[in-house]
Amino acid sequence: MFSRVLIANRGEIAVRVIRACRELGVSPVAVYSTADEDCLHVSLADDAICIGPGPGKESYLNIPAIMSAAELADVDAIHPGYGFLAENAHFAEVCQSCNITFIGPSPENITLMGDKVRAREIMRKAGLPVIPGSDGKVSSVEEAIDVARRIGYPVMIKAAAGGGGKGMRVCHNDMSLKSAFAMAQREAEAAFGDGGLYIEKFIVNPRHIEIQILADRYGNVVHLWERDCTIQRRHQKLLEEAPSPVLTQRQRERLGELAVRGAKAVGYSNVGTMEFLMDEAGDFYFIEMNTRIQVEHPVTEMITGIDLVKEQILVAAGERLRYRQRDIKIQGHAIECRINAEDWENDFRPNPGKIEYLYVPGGRGVRVDTHIYAGYVIPPFYDSLLAKLISFGKDREEAIAIMQRALSEFVIHPLKTIIGLHEMIMSDPGFAVGNFSTHYIEEKLEREFLSQGGRR
Amino acid sequence: MDLKDLERLIALLKEHELAEIEIETEGEYIKVRAKEGMILPTVSSSVSSMPQTVGSVENSMETDPNLVEVKSPMVGTFYRAPSPDAEPFVKEGDKVEVGQTLCIIEAMKLMNEIKAEVSGIVEKILVENAQPVEYGQGLFYIRKS
Repeated sequence: MFSRVLIANRGEIAVRVIRACRELGVSPVAVYSTADEDCLHVSLADDAICIGPGPGKESYLNIPAIMSAAELADVDAIHPGYGFLAENAHFAEVCQSCNITFIGPSPENITLMGDKVRAREIMRKAGLPVIPGSDGKVSSVEEAIDVARRIGYPVMIKAAAGGGGKGMRVCHNDMSLKSAFAMAQREAEAAFGDGGLYIEKFIVNPRHIEIQILADRYGNVVHLWERDCTIQRRHQKLLEEAPSPVLTQRQRERLGELAVRGAKAVGYSNVGTMEFLMDEAGDFYFIEMNTRIQVEHPVTEMITGIDLVKEQILVAAGERLRYRQRDIKIQGHAIECRINAEDWENDFRPNPGKIEYLYVPGGRGVRVDTHIYAGYVIPPFYDSLLAKLISFGKDREEAIAIMQRALSEFVIHPLKTIIGLHEMIMSDPGFAVGNFSTHYIEEKLEREFLSQGGRR
Repeated sequence: MDLKDLERLIALLKEHELAEIEIETEGEYIKVRAKEGMILPTVSSSVSSMPQTVGSVENSMETDPNLVEVKSPMVGTFYRAPSPDAEPFVKEGDKVEVGQTLCIIEAMKLMNEIKAEVSGIVEKILVENAQPVEYGQGLFYIRKS
């Protein structure tokens, strides 16, 4: 087991990893930017090293600064969290060459899954259903049109180096495809440094279902069932739940099997998530694989009783998986609401600032993963996630009731947050029935939620 | 100056973590200095026609515009000399010019020379040789000339 681990991240996930380290008897080392001197992870760690000024590029994305800190702190391993350098294969390689264990999959896994076109191809060959689309990248608008005509409109133009909901455009006919193509290339080049595009059939009214997998270094892979992340806004997840309210046992077993097969096909190790879209007919299509711990991992932890971050550290330290597939059972239902510092009634405008008064909900079935505290000033440089509020009940109905109760207790004064939006969602009969697609927020926001007026 | 005033001075010193407070008024001079956790007041009465002044405090270097703090631009190990047996780049009291090398910060086996951005006299060296330093940590005070 490692004796010291450096957490190359900040905020709530740094706190999460520090906690897992503590429980394993591993000494956590934090790094921070000058804007994060007062961030909670700094005071929770055994040691903390300032690595640069506020902007991510100069601090949390600054590989030489992080490696230098790792050297000074004499750590055995680095946990990258999510975002920042978590899916940066070069960073994983640098760690390797410095004899510091990168807590995650291999650089090769990261590179492979980071190329969305190759990933799709490999999974297709492994027998996973993929969305009908181009055979690899499309090099010209003519080729794109050919593909679109073959698979049928509407189609989605996607950036090969994209992911996480970014770099995607929907086209309903030849004309819109023609005009969108060149723009999409330029955008992809600017955002990801790679203008390569591919085409996929656009699935109307999809649901987003993802499977959590966990693999050791010895070829053992298990899945920890699914998460339903269908409630999104502009392709960014707002809330997640496990298990999915719409899957049958047979469907989830099949998805789980496919996910394990895909992971084995690429010799995967550590945690990862296979993302699928489910269409209205109930068919599944692999879209991409995330090679990191995800924001929404807590809901899986609640229903399986397994600590995913601890498992990451154990696997990275060379331990064999302690579970067989039949040991991993679903108990109860969990929901996670992301509490962002955004004014949902005014176009989700972010509002960093000082937290004057804080009350964090508690009680049975409530888990809060957060780095905020009363008096904390949210810096403007990073994402707007303040806290993750998780409810866990014996079934979905109870999980919703607990979440409603917890949301009503949560006070983060005077910041504007999306707590009010989540309250609307939790009391919406459409959500309770479980019948919705990724267009849910778009459909409900204008028509219902905003006109009802937020409670806070 | 009575005991109450003295207590208030000591409280002020502690609260703001000052190293020293010096007050001179007509007829009185008092200096309170913190020394490694101990507070040693020195009170002396002297007849003086000097106006009331609150003396400068050693710790608030930031208020002196001629005293420039050289901060580390990176994480690494601070070295005073180009190699273990060589002479240090600078000593306290040395005169330095803009662009002159003050020290080396070693990061990931790479030696980075840190250059002076002002000319002046090296007033204080804030870190020890081979000490690990973080981004923004104070390395030198240079008194601008």
